[in-house]
Amino acid sequence: MKRWLSYAKPYKLYFILGPLLMIVEVIGEVLMPMFLGQILNAAANGSLNTTKCIIFICLMVLTALMMMVGGVGGAYFGTKASVNYAADVRSDVYKKIQKFSFANIDKFSTGSLVTRLTNDVTQVQNFVNTLLRMCMRSPGMFIGALVMAINLRPGLSWIFAISVPILAVVIGLIIKFSFPRFGIMQEKVDKLNSTVQESITNVRVVKSFVREDHETEKFTKANANLKNSGISAMKIMILTGPFMTLFMNITIAAIIWFGAQHVMGSQNAMPPGDLSQFITYANQILHSLMMLSMMFIMSSRAIASGKRISEVLDEKVDISDETSSHKDKTVTDGNIEFRNVTFRYYKNSEDSVLEKINLTIPAGKTVGIIGSTGCGKTTLVSLIPRLYDTDEGEVLVDGINVKEYSLKNLREGVGMVLQKNVLFSGTIEDNLKWGDEDASTEEIVSAASSAQANDFIMSFKDGYKTELEQGGVNVSGGQKQRLCIARALLKKPKILILDDSTSAVDTATEAKIRETFKGSLKDSTKIIIAQRIMSVMDADMIVVMNDGQITGVGTHNELMQTNTEYREIYASQMESKEKEA
Amino acid sequence: MARNLTELQRQYNSSASQGKNGAPPMGGPGRGPGRGGPGRGPMEKSKPKNTKNTIKRLFKYVEKYKFHILFVAFCMLVSTVTNLIGSFMLAPIINKITFHVAPGIASKLSITEKISDYAIDGFKNALFGGVEKALGGDARAEVFAYILSAITILISVYLIGVIATYLQQRIMISVSQGSLEAIRNDLFAKMQKLPVSFFDNNPTGEVMSRFTNDVDNIGIMLDNSLISLISGTVTLVGTLVFMITTNWILTLITVIFVPIFMRLGVWIASKSRKYYKGQQEALGAVNGYIEETVTGQKVVKVFNHEEDSVDEFLLLNDDLRGKQFKAQFYGGVMGPIMNNTSNISYAFTLGIGGILICTGNMNPGSLTVFAQYSKQFSFPINNISQQMTTVFSALAGAERVFGIIDMEEEPADIENAVSVPKMQGHVILEDVSFGYVPEKLVLKNISLYAKPGQKIAFVGSTGAGKTTVTNLLNRFYDIESGKITIDGIDIKDMKMSELRQNIAMVLQDTHLFTGTVMENIRYGRLDATDEEVIAAAKTASAHSFIMRLEKGYDTVLEGDGANLSQGQRQLLNIARAAISKAPILVLDEATSSVDTRTERHIEHGMDRLMRDRTTFVIAHRLSTVRNANAIMVLENGVIVERGDHDDLLQQKGRYYELYTGKKELD
Repeated sequence: MKRWLSYAKPYKLYFILGPLLMIVEVIGEVLMPMFLGQILNAAANGSLNTTKCIIFICLMVLTALMMMVGGVGGAYFGTKASVNYAADVRSDVYKKIQKFSFANIDKFSTGSLVTRLTNDVTQVQNFVNTLLRMCMRSPGMFIGALVMAINLRPGLSWIFAISVPILAVVIGLIIKFSFPRFGIMQEKVDKLNSTVQESITNVRVVKSFVREDHETEKFTKANANLKNSGISAMKIMILTGPFMTLFMNITIAAIIWFGAQHVMGSQNAMPPGDLSQFITYANQILHSLMMLSMMFIMSSRAIASGKRISEVLDEKVDISDETSSHKDKTVTDGNIEFRNVTFRYYKNSEDSVLEKINLTIPAGKTVGIIGSTGCGKTTLVSLIPRLYDTDEGEVLVDGINVKEYSLKNLREGVGMVLQKNVLFSGTIEDNLKWGDEDASTEEIVSAASSAQANDFIMSFKDGYKTELEQGGVNVSGGQKQRLCIARALLKKPKILILDDSTSAVDTATEAKIRETFKGSLKDSTKIIIAQRIMSVMDADMIVVMNDGQITGVGTHNELMQTNTEYREIYASQMESKEKEA
Repeated sequence: MARNLTELQRQYNSSASQGKNGAPPMGGPGRGPGRGGPGRGPMEKSKPKNTKNTIKRLFKYVEKYKFHILFVAFCMLVSTVTNLIGSFMLAPIINKITFHVAPGIASKLSITEKISDYAIDGFKNALFGGVEKALGGDARAEVFAYILSAITILISVYLIGVIATYLQQRIMISVSQGSLEAIRNDLFAKMQKLPVSFFDNNPTGEVMSRFTNDVDNIGIMLDNSLISLISGTVTLVGTLVFMITTNWILTLITVIFVPIFMRLGVWIASKSRKYYKGQQEALGAVNGYIEETVTGQKVVKVFNHEEDSVDEFLLLNDDLRGKQFKAQFYGGVMGPIMNNTSNISYAFTLGIGGILICTGNMNPGSLTVFAQYSKQFSFPINNISQQMTTVFSALAGAERVFGIIDMEEEPADIENAVSVPKMQGHVILEDVSFGYVPEKLVLKNISLYAKPGQKIAFVGSTGAGKTTVTNLLNRFYDIESGKITIDGIDIKDMKMSELRQNIAMVLQDTHLFTGTVMENIRYGRLDATDEEVIAAAKTASAHSFIMRLEKGYDTVLEGDGANLSQGQRQLLNIARAAISKAPILVLDEATSSVDTRTERHIEHGMDRLMRDRTTFVIAHRLSTVRNANAIMVLENGVIVERGDHDDLLQQKGRYYELYTGKKELD
């Protein structure tokens, strides 16, 4: 709650003025019935004349104009407040996500983060907007009308003491019973949508197995479920309207009955106009109560969204450099050392992804890492730029624990091409410049050439100015990978990590890329994770991994002698080829 | 580095429409999830084009409820009329009381008032005569009996009205939910009949929004708009009738304000619509940006790009802030402006009504009721204009839904289609040419022959047409020219369902369904026993990892099997193909995500799978196609080389280059 209030702080003025002006409108609203009462009273006691009527008209038009100013002003400040409020929440959530570590991102999944930033923020915004406009209005009207009514005829207001609680309880009951049903209905909606989505994305499977009828049957069932749950929820909800109408009119009947006794009472008689006025207040009180109940319905959605946003904002960023001792230090050489490193993705799980890893990589060397899927290769290299933190042991770069660097300097020194890589909307040049904002054209071309990308880039009509649509759907997989490598090369990193990032590039081109490393990245440490043994064969050092452990380190020839696993992998890829030769 | 606002807007707003209008994809299921994120791009709330026809078709769905609807209409009429009568009943009551305490006041009654007065009196004499006597039988007692009678009528009238309202709403829920169910069923059933090309050309998000947004809009219209429109009109007319019979001068004053209302409403609506569009565009850009950068968050981090991202985001966010304010402000002032215009009209009604009382042309009861009417009068006008927007967007949605329902289905089986429940697997392609768009052929003059049990492989770079070949075999697309025959019968002459049942496919994009592992494998043949499923899993070397899952074969896979690795999902796909007894097998990059050692491990299973089947293999890794009977090297839609592995190596041509890694295979 405190958080949500704090977002209102910068817009205090709007948050105060908005409801305040709304109250002006509400005041007018409760004044209006008074004029009717006055006119009727004057008519009853014979004091009504044309001048008086004209004065009434003027007063009422003035009131209406005042209300209009209040209403429009309230809308102005209310909107200002809610729009700014939401924009600030949105940018805070966005900024927070930018601080997230990989583990934080994994926990939420990017899809859910996107929903929280878009749908959930919109929900909160709508709620704040309604809150400022309605929530002041309904209680304001409720209190205003009640005060006016009591003031007008205290002897009649006891009727409200009976009817308001009854109404509140019944509306509460309706909400209570229909809410869970709406929850169930929402589940059915989700279910239906996922059935549709699945049948769309899997259309080739459905068609090739001729399962159209099967899918239709599945859908029809989900659809019928949705219909039934919808009816069962709404069935209760629609009781509200008729009940309200009936109840309001019973209240009014009571007011008339008892009011008539007041009007025709022998002493302290109530003027007849007051009765009309009182009835109008009754309408206003009961209506505002109904509005309030709507607010509750709306709030439950907003609260759920607010919770989801809070989860993001409250998430503890598990990697930060606040306590780092060598914040000024940059990566200068590229020596890497793993000391007794153990890592788990799920902190309470027994299974560790990496188990007591010890490995030293001297600066400037080329290191290949090979092993079957899921053996921990990617995890191992992710620890170098501190994408994840070790659970036990430490990772040192140039003799200093990576935790002691500032994240910026550390990651500046480590270039990494991820396995699941993405490019962004914008031109090729924009994308390459991610590596170095200030890169000159020559530098860009040179990096692209090293990554063997220059030729195909130049074959596009717009060259480096070619727009990449939706993260590069208009380039092939191999081209995309080479662009990603070029982007990393522009960083001129001391340590370059390629995580299976040439899988779609042919071996000859891949060899050329590796060849250029020897020139342009002579002094940098190069770590290459690969599926293909060809990719790592000529590395200075090859690390073989299996099930979270290093089973062998050495050159190709050494490993062929000593490591059965390496031989197996080699055999699975090479055996036949050698036979051909 | 950070881009400026215009650039960002262009890039993040146009990409959605580009995706839609761009060239059709190169076949293959490789389309990533579309950018159909929430609020993405300007909303498609265009005006419906063929309204009449759309309404007619919508009407078809509610037609079977015509008696329901007649009853609903009757209830609606009852509830509206009772409401009018109910609020009118105040007039005689107020009059009765006022005349009693202020006998000097003008007491001219309008015709409606006379009728109601007469009715209440009659009712009083019939029922409450005793009460009147008990209270003393004087004038005061008469008034109380009169009020009691009026209140009884009032509550009875409202009771009837309330029952009618409930019945009307309750029935309407069944009608609208039932109609929506029928629309959705029709839409889905139709989708199952659409050709694959429809799904290739329309992003998933786009198709989904037919089910969600469009059908929802129709629902809102059925639930609210229709009732509001009709009851609004009835209220309007009824109120007008009561007003005219009560006092024509005051009626005139109220009516004079109507054009002002309309003008104001239209003016504000047009303003807000204009800014709304701007807001949607800005929102689209913000959401697009969020979607892209958050999805690529890991890359952002690796490149220390967080600050730039925040800067760019703030630019877009601030732009949204401004535009959203304008749109929402104009949306928000609609209420206060309209309400208070109605208050001004109310002011004149009351004031002039007061003057009329002075001149003896009106009674106080009339004025009370009239005051209420003049407020009531503006309400349906506002409401109707608001509902029109809903109706328009619902009709536009319905039009899109019907657009899909009207689409051309997959070609039906020809008359006298040949029935071949069980094929042998002689596959012949004769001079086949095909293009996704007629002017651009993807495959040119392809001819090949596969004997039962043979393995034919396709290699070549992306866009060479490998996947297209497989799209043609089971008639996902129909060929332009040439002929494809299986067992000597042209596939166009076969029953489509039998053709497809005879071809099992394993695709690169591994798609699983929500359900257990068992159900997913059984998808290949619905009547397979549990033992057969397990046997198929063993063939695909999936059994061991399945057994390691939490509940083995009963483990529920959710969200397309997100809890499995890509390699594991591919193995399940292979098992699904294995269980079907189709004599022809198509493997399109079926093991691309399985590492080489595992691939070798499952080789035996795959061999067993392929042994008695005619198999078409598309593979990235040349090692997997090595033992094919024939390898086709495709380039730009043409087979440039063919032969078995040894032949092709000896030719020292394209295949040799690929195999020795001299050319990129992608």
